[in-house]
Amino acid sequence: MTEPNTLSHLDLETHEKPFLDANELVINMGPQHPATHGVLRVILRLDGEKVLGLECVIGYLHRGVEKIGEHRTYTMFNPYVDRMDYVAAVSNGLGYCETVEKLLNVEAPPRAQYVRVILTELNRIASHQLWLGTHALDIGAITPLFYTFRDREEILKIYEKYCGARLTTHAFRIGGLQYETYNGFEKDVKNFLDFFRPKIDEYEELLTTNRIWVERTKKVGVISGEDCIALGVTGPVLRASGVKWDLRKAQPYANYKNFDFDIPTGQNGDTYDRYLVRMAEMRQCVRIIEQAVGAIPEGPIIAKVPKVMKPAVGEVYHSIEAPKGELGYFIVSDGSTQPYRVRVRPPSFVNLQALDLMCRGQLVADVIAVIGTLDIVLGEVDR
Amino acid sequence: MIAKFKGAYGSGIEPLTYAGQNYMVVDRSLIPEILQVLRNEEQFDYCVDLTAVHYPKREKQFDVVWVLYSFARNERIRVTTQIVDGATLPSSVPIWPTANWLEREVYDMFGIKFDGHPDMKRILLPDGWKGHPLRKDYGILQQDNEWVQINLGIESGQ
Repeated sequence: MTEPNTLSHLDLETHEKPFLDANELVINMGPQHPATHGVLRVILRLDGEKVLGLECVIGYLHRGVEKIGEHRTYTMFNPYVDRMDYVAAVSNGLGYCETVEKLLNVEAPPRAQYVRVILTELNRIASHQLWLGTHALDIGAITPLFYTFRDREEILKIYEKYCGARLTTHAFRIGGLQYETYNGFEKDVKNFLDFFRPKIDEYEELLTTNRIWVERTKKVGVISGEDCIALGVTGPVLRASGVKWDLRKAQPYANYKNFDFDIPTGQNGDTYDRYLVRMAEMRQCVRIIEQAVGAIPEGPIIAKVPKVMKPAVGEVYHSIEAPKGELGYFIVSDGSTQPYRVRVRPPSFVNLQALDLMCRGQLVADVIAVIGTLDIVLGEVDR
Repeated sequence: MIAKFKGAYGSGIEPLTYAGQNYMVVDRSLIPEILQVLRNEEQFDYCVDLTAVHYPKREKQFDVVWVLYSFARNERIRVTTQIVDGATLPSSVPIWPTANWLEREVYDMFGIKFDGHPDMKRILLPDGWKGHPLRKDYGILQQDNEWVQINLGIESGQ
């Protein structure tokens, strides 16, 4: 690669120019392609192996979640949000419940807040594990997939014991939690932390200094902090470009202000740094859960919320730091039992926009690495 | 900031607060200027979200909402404007490149066009689709039957 991509190089008109140039080749990738993490279609414009530009075609998984939201009551819509980013269903639920709580002007009781933080952070670990396994697999390392799925299983077991579901958990309710924690919940979580801490080292041992891994990820898909902000890219991708910004610290929600943790950042904004940031984030998750699990207060698990929810007329935007970035909900209430409008601001959708910029000048094989490092979930991109 | 805006633009701006969140309803004619000022002078460098809400009973049927965030101030603000059906808005892609896909989604779902957008076409639904699903008069079971029959070769997607 000659020079890093910057936004000034991003000519938004290029794809309208004719591509009947002898050196240019247009190749379609996906939607049925194992390395696109779902049904993402990418139209690549190539000069030999070099990517000149690309266009994403999305919408294959569009289910009209926002439209469904307008036709369900606030409570009934809650399980639907789990199906957007299905590998981080708990985070989706947290964002939705907190937004409706803001509309209703209620707050979840402290005990519920602690359990929420534990489950959400466990989910962040699970999401990062799935990302690591599949991302490494795309690049050619098969072993991490087995390691991460083996360990992710332990988190799913905790979910299963807690609420009966493993993936689309519907763990939270508006106002708090539906279920009290089971006997031995705290012990299970502590056991998991003891089990998991050395596993992060194990993952790192496989990859961090692995020559093939380093060659495939360093200086690949570079994006600067300013470009991230201009393109609205958030989450680990933004932090790996050196911007120290995490909604858990910047605009604390739930009870994150009670916990002591760091925001890991990178400097180079390349695929390798994003890998390091996510690894460091997993360690921070362990730290947060450690503090939370020993301090769960006694008390009620759900605030007083009416059976039939009719929030006053108004509109609220609330967002949380999901494993992939800023996940926002904009809900408009007209005073009835159903939301007048539910808008979801999905981090994957906005982050995917940066793919074009990050891939220009790279090789076709790097496109796979960059799709992996963006950590997109098509269920959330298409909604 | 709000007071300064109020002084400069008078009745074109109505600052409001709900549930501790600030937003302002801005007259359509002031939108290009306000967005520029927010980006360049007030440091709202991150366009979080752009969406719309349909009120079919109102004369100005659509609310278009920009959610903005400033890293420097750690502050969020929403800008709302009301437009009639068929009216267009200036594209904010030159101000925030992230608005590209967001504006395409608003067009796809509501049929609101943005002038000066580099590639104003549908994003989630197929290009030939008829109708804009998030309008209130679009039924939840409604679909473009013709498109489904021609392109998918089935009687109905339901």
